[in-house]
Amino acid sequence: MTIQTVDYTTKIPNNVNLTEDRQVLRALESWHPGYIDWWMDMGPEGFQDALVYLRTAVSVDPKGWAKFDYVKMPDYRWGILLAPKDDGRAIPFGRHYGEPAWQEVPGEYRAMLRRLVVIQGDTEPASVEQQRHLGKTAPSLYDLRNVFQVNVEEGRHLWAMVYLLQKYFGRDGREEAAALLQRRSGDADKPRMLGAFNEATPDWLSFHMFTFFTDRDGKMQLESLAQSGFDPLSRTCRFMLTEEAHHMFVGETGVGRTIQRTCEAMKEAGIEDASAIDKVRALGVIDLPTMQKKLNLHYSLSLDLFGSEVSTNAANTFTAGLKGRFQETKIQDDHRLESATYPVLKLVDGEIKRVDEPALTAINMRLRDDYTADCQRGLDRWNKIIDKIGVPFKFALPHVGFHRQIGEFKDVHATPDGTLIDDATWTRDKETWLPSSADGEFVASLMKPVTEPGQFASWIAPPRVGIDNKPGDFEYVKIAA
Amino acid sequence: MSETPHNAERPLANGQKRIDFQTEPARYRHWKLAVDGAVATLTMDVDEKGALFDGYELKLNSYDLGVDIELADAIERLRFEYPQVRALVLRSAKPRVFSAGANIRMLAGATHAHKVNFCKFTNETRNGIEDFSANSGVATLCAINGTAAGGGYELALAADHIILIDDGAASVALPELPLLAVLPGTGGLTRISDKRKVRRDLADVFCTTEEGVKGARAKDWRLVDEAVPGSKFDDAVAARAKEFAAKSRRDGAASGIKLTPLTRRFETDSIEYATLMVEFQRSERIATIVLRGPTAPPPNSADAMVQQGAEFWPLKLARELDDAILHIRLNELEVAALVFKSSGDPEQVLAYDRFLETNKAHWLAREIRLLWKRVLKRVDLTSRSLVTLIEPGSCFAGTLAELAFASDRSYMLAPTLPSPASGGGSGRGSGDNKHPAAIALSAANFGDYPMANGITRLACRFLADPSALEAAKAEREKLLDAERAQKLGLVTFALDDIDWDDEVRVFLEERASFSPDSLTGMEANLRFAGPETLESKIFARLTAWQNWIFQRPNAIGDEGALKRYGTGQKPAFDMRRV
Repeated sequence: MTIQTVDYTTKIPNNVNLTEDRQVLRALESWHPGYIDWWMDMGPEGFQDALVYLRTAVSVDPKGWAKFDYVKMPDYRWGILLAPKDDGRAIPFGRHYGEPAWQEVPGEYRAMLRRLVVIQGDTEPASVEQQRHLGKTAPSLYDLRNVFQVNVEEGRHLWAMVYLLQKYFGRDGREEAAALLQRRSGDADKPRMLGAFNEATPDWLSFHMFTFFTDRDGKMQLESLAQSGFDPLSRTCRFMLTEEAHHMFVGETGVGRTIQRTCEAMKEAGIEDASAIDKVRALGVIDLPTMQKKLNLHYSLSLDLFGSEVSTNAANTFTAGLKGRFQETKIQDDHRLESATYPVLKLVDGEIKRVDEPALTAINMRLRDDYTADCQRGLDRWNKIIDKIGVPFKFALPHVGFHRQIGEFKDVHATPDGTLIDDATWTRDKETWLPSSADGEFVASLMKPVTEPGQFASWIAPPRVGIDNKPGDFEYVKIAA
Repeated sequence: MSETPHNAERPLANGQKRIDFQTEPARYRHWKLAVDGAVATLTMDVDEKGALFDGYELKLNSYDLGVDIELADAIERLRFEYPQVRALVLRSAKPRVFSAGANIRMLAGATHAHKVNFCKFTNETRNGIEDFSANSGVATLCAINGTAAGGGYELALAADHIILIDDGAASVALPELPLLAVLPGTGGLTRISDKRKVRRDLADVFCTTEEGVKGARAKDWRLVDEAVPGSKFDDAVAARAKEFAAKSRRDGAASGIKLTPLTRRFETDSIEYATLMVEFQRSERIATIVLRGPTAPPPNSADAMVQQGAEFWPLKLARELDDAILHIRLNELEVAALVFKSSGDPEQVLAYDRFLETNKAHWLAREIRLLWKRVLKRVDLTSRSLVTLIEPGSCFAGTLAELAFASDRSYMLAPTLPSPASGGGSGRGSGDNKHPAAIALSAANFGDYPMANGITRLACRFLADPSALEAAKAEREKLLDAERAQKLGLVTFALDDIDWDDEVRVFLEERASFSPDSLTGMEANLRFAGPETLESKIFARLTAWQNWIFQRPNAIGDEGALKRYGTGQKPAFDMRRV
């Protein structure tokens, strides 16, 4: 593919005047074919020719950002769309607080900024890779379409980060953009950069948990990058957030519908006791304790993505004005934090204690606390579903010390309620808190594809409304096309 | 410009009273030493809670002096306890992290003196690793499985061969300048330019790029020798180690000797070792090291030497002298002058030199001479005034005479009456039973103990006149009296007993009155005349610049980079170039 053969105005929806940007065009000339190759290799397996009812963003105004139509995924129009520029925008935090936002990368922060963009960029293709086998076992065409929607938007988010790399970071940026296509989730030699993005997504419950918990970390990271003093990054992330909301929706409703189906089946069968696992499983639905275990796993893996509770890197990127806090502009303080403190849970002499740390180095902790609160709101809604149907059970987030690989608690074991335990107890009891291989096998046994329009697998309830208000029997994916 | 006040001393961890350089593998907290046939593996697994001082944790395989003391000990063990080892692998037990280098919080809170001594010791350890390869034939391979930053990469640079995992994340980096406003002071700058011959412009890019360089580019730029994918990494390391072991010319025995713990007795004003003692005259700021010559002739065979093991006199003295020097460097900061004295029979010392020379092909004899070479270098690099007093009853012969040549000055007591021509065995001169003061040379003084600049102390001493070196060489194996020694240029002053006490006292008092900083600078400049080597450049150019930067507010001021590191606040620099 060459510059001449791609019409970037129609093929790549954009609001960055792409056709006149020689620098980015030249970079895309080699990157674009590589991206298509990557999508064909690592995108959804077995469905590249299917017609999928997808939402495409063709512009950032309310009319243009959600155009629905049947598309073959390799022909999806991955665009480069930034939220509209606000000419008076000032840097909202850090040592440059109040100065005009940067339209070009400041030299002294170039490497730091590039690292932030690369790490964010690396997660986008990673989840596509993690989810590429799910099509084979989709519980409905509705769900199949949803995973593909998530996948193409992750692809677009990769484009968004690649645009920044190619536009603002010179040769290094182009090399990093190429490397984003070379790493592979779970690969021994070229793994993705962050741990959770190298874990398998073995089944649909995992997928829904992943989109609820791990994509929510992505949302929090985008929220804090949307505050960036580097205006193009801020604008890019602000637009990505509109799409990220759909991913949260897929996760929350996916788990919610699974909970609903289980509770309904229990009610119909007259089972009151959620811990009667065998009896519940015999109904062809996923028992609530297994869902709690999955929740424990995905929540704890996602907490690791926030990094160490006390972090110099996070402090540096805040002071530099590159990465802020969740809803920075709504926080009432000096936005510099040079003398403020923030409470952090730490391990002190073998006990978990709340310790005041300099707020600057506790930036990660604060974002993670906001994340936890956001997760809890979702759990509350799930618990409401259970409550409404009348099953005595409640989901709870495990303690932040539970099952951690990064940060303050990585060298100790804790129960989900935060009691420190020794190695032997952990080894003995961990399968009561985390999915065992038997749990995994059971869930896998339910993963039978359902491809009739309007039909759903035994373990998940239909949605209350269709995508784009389509009726229940709408054919969201035309597989045979 | 306001000076930063002298940093408060930070207490040693666990209530320790002094920094101890003695350890053994059973007590290591940070390293694991494993020997499998001809390949030894030293695995770095730093205990976060095992810092030498209170007040910081050793995260991400970062190190402090305590970690390096174990490394230095492990290398000594490999030399003496495992002569069968022919290749050494350095690696990390931490996933995706090789080493983050010297612990920054430790540096930020350390006194200037501690920073300097820390860097000096870690440099000596790395030079020792290179010497182990060059002179004992044990090639070193460094397996970098993740981030190797700063001192972490500098440790790798001491190896002969660096294998970097190529996983898209692992990098080698020297982030000191952009991150901390200091230099990679453990040989990093010198080794990338002089040893690995990285092109200067690429080196400039590398040393200003905080995140470092990964994979294929690291290899292209000569920063590493191989970049290997993760799935092949362990196999590549094992294969390469095997290859190195096969090529090694080390011909050690199947088993070594045990480096038994030193016996030391610390008193208020002295330390008693088996073969030497240290006496402190604190009000005069003098430490006198009295070395004791052998009490028995050398054994009659190399096997008998192996039998004696760590008790073998030259080995025992070298280990004890090394420990004493290190102790004084780190724990006795106010000592201005080290005074070397000795007692014993110089003929016996010469006999031991002959024994080592005769058995120089034996692995143990070789390691002992290499140990002496390193200990003497340690003396050269000790920033205290060095004086040797050659008195009746002393035994500064051969190897021990090197201390006189390492000294800034040497004083020799001459008999009051003019003595007959030298070498005549002129009888006991000074009224007691001691033999008159004599100095003697052996073959060892002419090649076995080069300094950091690559030439012997005598060659360095006689740079202006090579014939003086020849003249001294012609006098090997003879006891030389004061007159002869002075004529040959081997001592600074020969004084008779009328002048002796006053001259020596006045010299030491004057020395103690000078500024310690200017003395350190002057002595370091005068000690190393002649050629430059990688090693001399590290200790002269790199260290001197680093020690200047370590004093500057841009690094250590309240708004400097070291102080601000980890707070998230950006350092404020005085932007005037000096």
